Amino acid sequence: MTAGVPGVVETVEAHGETTLVVDPARIVEACTHLRDVEGYNVLADLCGVDYLGWGTKEVAGYLGTAAGRDLNAAGSQGFARVPTPRPKRFAVAYHLLRVSDEPARLRLEAWLDEGEQIDSVVPVWPVADWNEREAYDLFGIVFRGHPNLVRILMPEDWEGHPLRKDYPLGGEPVRFSGER
Amino acid sequence: MAVMPATRIYEGTRIPSPCPTILELDPTKHDLEDILTINFGPNHPSTHGVLRLIVDLDGERVAGLKAVIGYLHTGFEKTMESKTYWKGITYPERIDYLSFQANELVFVMAIEKLLAIETPEKATWMRMCLSELNRIHSHLVWLGTSALEIGAISMFWYAFRERDLVLDLFEMVTGVRMHTRYFQVGGLAEDIPEGFYAEARALARHMPSAVDDYEGLLDRNKIWLERTKGIGPLSADDALALGQSGPMLRASGVDWDLRKTMPYLAYDEVDFEVPVYENGDVYDRYKVHMDEMRASARIVGQCVTRLEELRGEPWITDDRKVVLPPREELHTSMESLIHHFKIVTEGYLVPEGSVYVAIESARGECGCYLVSDGGPKPWRVKFRAPSFAALQATATCVRDTAVADLVAVAASLDPVMGDVDR
Repeated sequence: MTAGVPGVVETVEAHGETTLVVDPARIVEACTHLRDVEGYNVLADLCGVDYLGWGTKEVAGYLGTAAGRDLNAAGSQGFARVPTPRPKRFAVAYHLLRVSDEPARLRLEAWLDEGEQIDSVVPVWPVADWNEREAYDLFGIVFRGHPNLVRILMPEDWEGHPLRKDYPLGGEPVRFSGER
Repeated sequence: MAVMPATRIYEGTRIPSPCPTILELDPTKHDLEDILTINFGPNHPSTHGVLRLIVDLDGERVAGLKAVIGYLHTGFEKTMESKTYWKGITYPERIDYLSFQANELVFVMAIEKLLAIETPEKATWMRMCLSELNRIHSHLVWLGTSALEIGAISMFWYAFRERDLVLDLFEMVTGVRMHTRYFQVGGLAEDIPEGFYAEARALARHMPSAVDDYEGLLDRNKIWLERTKGIGPLSADDALALGQSGPMLRASGVDWDLRKTMPYLAYDEVDFEVPVYENGDVYDRYKVHMDEMRASARIVGQCVTRLEELRGEPWITDDRKVVLPPREELHTSMESLIHHFKIVTEGYLVPEGSVYVAIESARGECGCYLVSDGGPKPWRVKFRAPSFAALQATATCVRDTAVADLVAVAASLDPVMGDVDR
């Protein structure tokens, strides 16, 4: 089904969903191919994910520990289990939808390090406009060639990108508190 | 099914270029000295919430438009990363505050997909029943406020009369009128109260005649017709390119409803019609909403019939690692008490992975992209908001319309700003 898509690095099947990991340099090529040849005519969603710290903290929790709990260990919250490592810090996930008699969904993933840029898919699907602006606003991912890459949800003069994992909760400056 | 158009930007598209969401002022068509730039919103009574449109007017005509959003950004997705799944269920409801149960459902379904747990049949049918009641509720609010904005004031009272009946049902089942938090991972929070069946059936019977009443008020009203017919058109190609879904897409002639094309819950077992209209104008969007309320009432009726057969069946899975033990057990069983305490405080682990689940909410494709690192809290939650996509079509729809029609068009897109800004 997905043979011949340009730039595919890896195909992952999990939970009944197909994910194509795509070389970020060839994302527009891959998207154009999927739209024109495979018929994925709608971009349902596009979003960023920050994997900073993925797998470095112990996964804590109570259940799913079939072998039991070490109640003697201080602060034990079950077994630490390290999730599969991710290649780079950021992922851009594209959720494609085929609106036709043979409906289908497909996810594309492109991996980026901090400071790396990716080409905009606005020329392929105009709906990517606001979604890419949102990913830029919340994660600081720069989409090359986007016609209007400015903040969308946060105020224009906001500092930092709030959905990054190193952006703390409650980290926003409180106005007036220090002013006299 | 209609022939599916390609999404390529074709000759004669109305989508502005290069930026699809900004209608740029064309200096060759307008005398710049005549242009008046005004701020429409964010605090304007007729923009369905805090939407700000920067409009360039040439006389009464809209010559340029730019939508500014973010005034209701509350950081739900960031907050949910620090809440356990069990606690997180309360958040998505407040995102799209008119079709709250759709967001709740999609989040719960995403968790269930990662956990790979089954829900009892009763929970499936009740979820469907409430989702359809919620669609009626959302459409009624849309109808009342949108008609109000075009000047049909009395419509508001009629629509809110039936809306109250729907809210009474929610109150009876869940104890709350909005933001019910009734769907749990694994099923429902509580059993269905005995009085629900008769009341829900009565509403399902009453609803079609109520919709007839609304149409009787509007369909032959000359002012209503002139304010809606041919206003804010969106072609099927443009709708797909702009990622539209739900009533927007169906009003533009694309026969696409996730309940039919990619069925979830038990939608493949109920009988209902999907309305499709051709012109993609405000009037057709209104017609789609009306027909959908009738279809939803039909589904509610079928759900109640099925639920009555399932009386006495369990409403939540018995997987004690994920669901809370029954309340009465807490007084007699130490194990249950521990389970209850641990699920509420530490939460349960959800296997590592990422899933995307989408359902047809009142506004279209409501999706949830959930990434888990195997811990008790989501690593990343992203909601695919149908209103966010719908608002991107504003610039395309209002091309060359009058400023008064801008209100009608913005209302017909059915944006809920909580859904747009999240």
